[in-house]
Amino acid sequence: MDYLIINHSVEVEGEGPAPGTPEFQEMMGRWMAYNQMLIDNGHWIGGASLTPSAAATSVAKSGESVTVTDGPFAETKEQIGGYYVIKADDLDEAIRLATAMPADDVVFEIRPIAFRPDA
Amino acid sequence: MTPRRDDTVEDHLDRAMREDAPRILSVLASRFGDLDLADEAVQDAMVEAARTWPDDGVPPNVGGWLMTTARRRAQDRLRSTRRAQDRLASSATHLEELREAPDVRLTDMIDEPDNDDTADERLRLLLLCCHPALNVDAQVALTLRLIGGLTTPEIAAAFLIPEATLAQRIVRAKGKIRTAGIPLSLPDELTDRLSAVLAVLYLIFNEGYLAHDEAKGSIRTDLVDEAIRLTRLVGRLAPGEPEPAGLLALELFHRSRQASRVDALGDLVLLDDQDRTSWDRHAIAEANRVLAQAMALMRPGPYQVQAMIASHHANAPTAQDTDWLMISSLYAQLDAMVDSSVVRLNRAVAVAMTDGPLAGLEMLGHITDLEDYHLFWATRGELSRRAKRDDDARDAFGRALDLVPNAAERRHLERRLAALG
Repeated sequence: MDYLIINHSVEVEGEGPAPGTPEFQEMMGRWMAYNQMLIDNGHWIGGASLTPSAAATSVAKSGESVTVTDGPFAETKEQIGGYYVIKADDLDEAIRLATAMPADDVVFEIRPIAFRPDA
Repeated sequence: MTPRRDDTVEDHLDRAMREDAPRILSVLASRFGDLDLADEAVQDAMVEAARTWPDDGVPPNVGGWLMTTARRRAQDRLRSTRRAQDRLASSATHLEELREAPDVRLTDMIDEPDNDDTADERLRLLLLCCHPALNVDAQVALTLRLIGGLTTPEIAAAFLIPEATLAQRIVRAKGKIRTAGIPLSLPDELTDRLSAVLAVLYLIFNEGYLAHDEAKGSIRTDLVDEAIRLTRLVGRLAPGEPEPAGLLALELFHRSRQASRVDALGDLVLLDDQDRTSWDRHAIAEANRVLAQAMALMRPGPYQVQAMIASHHANAPTAQDTDWLMISSLYAQLDAMVDSSVVRLNRAVAVAMTDGPLAGLEMLGHITDLEDYHLFWATRGELSRRAKRDDDARDAFGRALDLVPNAAERRHLERRLAALG
């Protein structure tokens, strides 16, 4: 089955190591290793890390009316930081793969994918 | 199961529904990898049994008969439904396996009631029913129906909810299992998943145990007995795990004094005032034995500790003989194992018995999230009364009365309040 994993976490400005520092390299190394593990084991379909929600734009469409507003859809403390689309045998494997991510203080929302036109 | 001669056909059907059907369901669900299909097939087989047994007689091997009938129905359904097309492709290997395996083997497997050949399948289904991705209400409903073999109307009546609501709950849960891909598997790390199962069983037990509304009594399926039956089953399915035995002991200790908990008028009787000669010595003896076996595994857990606390109460000849020092230290252990304000509330009660009511009140002062729990205020009222702080006691009993959920406890609190004058 295919699953979407959405990472929700509290956004803290200036959090995390700055690019160029050894800490940043180390963090990126852990993410690359995780991604490689997904690829090597046939789980990888796609995924991306997102910019902070300050860069988000919400666009509401209803009939002819289109309203563009600044900010994410939900003004909650936790925001979407990134996502993966993976292949897993079942929910338990999807949960194992999500929790293997090098992320902490995060809530993963796991949603089975109903249909993928490219699958 | 082997039919007993004096039983009516109805008795056989009941027993088949409760004992055989869940075992057959778990085997078929594993074989076909499809819970819905297996459940429908087993229900078809039960309908067939109810239709034919009264005239044809009860088959000598009830389990084998049901297994064969249900398996045929499952295959019929697979062939005849449209969705069968793709399923047949994906489960072709299972079907091959079934064709190769002669009926005899499959039916033999479920012939013996305690045959552990089906233990793996039953444990898988039980873990599926109590999967944390399902909400707790759904876990309870699925466990009672698929593992306990209760019917939807029986479960609805036991929980005093409309049958349609319960039926809907089960349909939704099965939908989630299917679409989210919740597997019928045995996890590497069994302990955590098992604790979710035990939490569901203890919830079922408490629903039965704490139900004091006399009017409900006659129609409620006995959830206490059902929870105990299922806890025994979990103990058999996961023999290396101590916590199922811990929970079983805890439930048996509670049940041993169920009769003396409420007096003839339906009023609550406190532990101190209960007639200890009316406690079920047989249940206490079994609980002691079960708890000793669990503890011999040397892996303590919350249910074992709670059972030890209950055992100190159950085995004390009189209320005055209660070893509160030991109970207090067991609550400290429990407090370290689980993060629960209710545990801290109980610990405060035990501490008040050894170090006096002021020490208990001091502990209550650190509990901040039980403001809506009537027993928090009732405890505070009682400890304040013992500390001779009558005004505090009156206030606290008043708060408790505002929150109390049932008539028996209400009358009890009113008496405590009246005694203060």
